[in-house]
Amino acid sequence: MIDLTTLIPMLMAASTPILFAALGELIVERAGVLNLGVEGMMIVGALAGFATAVATGNPYLGFVAAAVAGAAVSMVFALLTQVLLANQVASGLALTMFGLGLAALFGKAYEGIKAPAMGPGPLGLNWIVWLGLASVPAIWWFLNRTRPGLILRGVGENHDAAHGLGHPVRRVRTGAIAFGGAMAGIGGAFISIAIVLQWTEGMTAGAGWIALAIVVFSNWTAPGVLAGAWLFGGVTVLQLRLQAAGVAVPVQLLSMAPYLATILVLVLISARQKFSRRAGLGAPGSLGQNFHALR
Amino acid sequence: MMMLIPRTETSTGWQIATPIMAVLATMITGGLLFAIMGYDPVAAIRTIFWDPLFGPAASYSRPQLLVKAGPLILIASGLAIGFRAGIWNIGAEGQYIIGGICGAAVALAAYPGEHWWLFPAMIAAGAFGGWAWAMIPAMLRNRFGASEILVSLMLVYVAQKVAAWMAFGPLKNPEGFGFPGSRNLQQYPSASNPELIAGTGAHWGVFAAALAVLATWVLMSRHIRGFHIRAAGLAPRAARFAGVRPETLVAFCLGLSGALAGLAGIFEAAGPAGQITDSFGSGYGFTAIIVAFLGRLNPVGILLAGLLLALTYIGGELAQLTMQLPAATVQVFQGMLLFFLLGFDLLTRFRITRGVPA
Repeated sequence: MIDLTTLIPMLMAASTPILFAALGELIVERAGVLNLGVEGMMIVGALAGFATAVATGNPYLGFVAAAVAGAAVSMVFALLTQVLLANQVASGLALTMFGLGLAALFGKAYEGIKAPAMGPGPLGLNWIVWLGLASVPAIWWFLNRTRPGLILRGVGENHDAAHGLGHPVRRVRTGAIAFGGAMAGIGGAFISIAIVLQWTEGMTAGAGWIALAIVVFSNWTAPGVLAGAWLFGGVTVLQLRLQAAGVAVPVQLLSMAPYLATILVLVLISARQKFSRRAGLGAPGSLGQNFHALR
Repeated sequence: MMMLIPRTETSTGWQIATPIMAVLATMITGGLLFAIMGYDPVAAIRTIFWDPLFGPAASYSRPQLLVKAGPLILIASGLAIGFRAGIWNIGAEGQYIIGGICGAAVALAAYPGEHWWLFPAMIAAGAFGGWAWAMIPAMLRNRFGASEILVSLMLVYVAQKVAAWMAFGPLKNPEGFGFPGSRNLQQYPSASNPELIAGTGAHWGVFAAALAVLATWVLMSRHIRGFHIRAAGLAPRAARFAGVRPETLVAFCLGLSGALAGLAGIFEAAGPAGQITDSFGSGYGFTAIIVAFLGRLNPVGILLAGLLLALTYIGGELAQLTMQLPAATVQVFQGMLLFFLLGFDLLTRFRITRGVPA
């Protein structure tokens, strides 16, 4: 029988990286920016966090460093899209490629080293898991109940109108991008510090892309992101369980499950958004469009 | 105060100048990076960009240029067409892998018979495999509105798992002493894709790439479909009023780029790679995205960009051997190149002036 007391911590751990990255991207997209560089920022965070945790012996400092590193690389994307008005899709892809390369380049020295142990927090879940869970209501509250949150949504919904009201569109978006980078960095560091416990090249293995899909799945809401992250965590844990149980299906086919589940979920939710009468209500109006003020 | 004034038409002069500026900026920044890492920057840049063509071991590395440029140009020609229409196939890597597997499966099914039709059948199967893999995101976008970016990208990971499964399972070489990986197609005359002109590295895939450049140029500049694609990218609403169906374009662009990626896959599997292994996907599908942008989504530009990026691959390998530079250096270079390219692109679309606009 599957034991719930071990299953729930496993599910929480598996969903935390995606939860952080997707919450960050949620803020970015609500500000009207599509940053496809999540995977790149995650892997940079994974390495920076791991390296710092190893150097200081303190895993929590690792997460701080990962947030800083993630935000730092995201600023390249902000420079390209907010100042130089480059295409967001292409710039995000470039960030992912650059991040993967950069992490591979500087990660060589950290291969085969073990991460410092992270003590368990309340209920056997470490503090970062709790931080992720606490971020969900915090971000919901920020977006729906605060004035800066309203401005952020306004900038994402209609940047011309927001500009007309005197809101600094580019500054708001740059801030959102930095936050998204920090969150992706923490998510990446959770993989290297708390799940795998070591550094391997390309270890994020598409988690950043799954996070992007989960933002669509969430219909651009924080509780929806949590549901998506848990769904993904559930599929991952189930797949690992089936592998461990020695089911007569090749391991390679079982490990496709998270990616196939992501596609399936994306299709279901896109279909609902396409065919429902509230079509397109979730996606921010200015998503993916650059803003250039002529006046 | 610096002001950006949008140009009514993109500047042709800057369109040619900016890729060159981006390459130079990448070299300079790359040099700085090498200096920080403790390598001699001048020697490193020379090893990557000069030595593969004119250095002491050039006769060995020069043929590699076409071997690497072939798949890059083949894939990028297809991707560029979709990018022009705003259709983002970023899963070419997956289509490349599936194309290679499908083509190799045909060869392995016929093994060890020698048939004249085998190689053409493999090519057809490779193109079909890539096409079919790309039609998944196309259909999901047309039917349900699912993002082709995310679906095609997810399918890269799925394709990598398929390759691993094939290498350990169905396509595993029965005489391989238990090692994963298929039979080596280079040792199977009817199925192999050999070097056709000795010393150049040119195999069938290189000729296919040249043909793809020509065909996409004709398509984009002489054919009504090409006009529709350009129209859809520049003014989607106007294109719709002109009778362009977005669904048709999505299926066409994804299908075509998938088929070309699949072709690149089978030429690689039957030629330079020789076999399907769990690491068959080597990143050509992602690098081709950079090639497409560096070539300004223009067939001739892609030809030149493909050769340049091929050079960074070979130069990177050379630098790994002679200077012990890490393998990931090339990846960082390619990422930086795309950054600079996108940044400088500003100059083609805007005029920079001082002061307040009239």
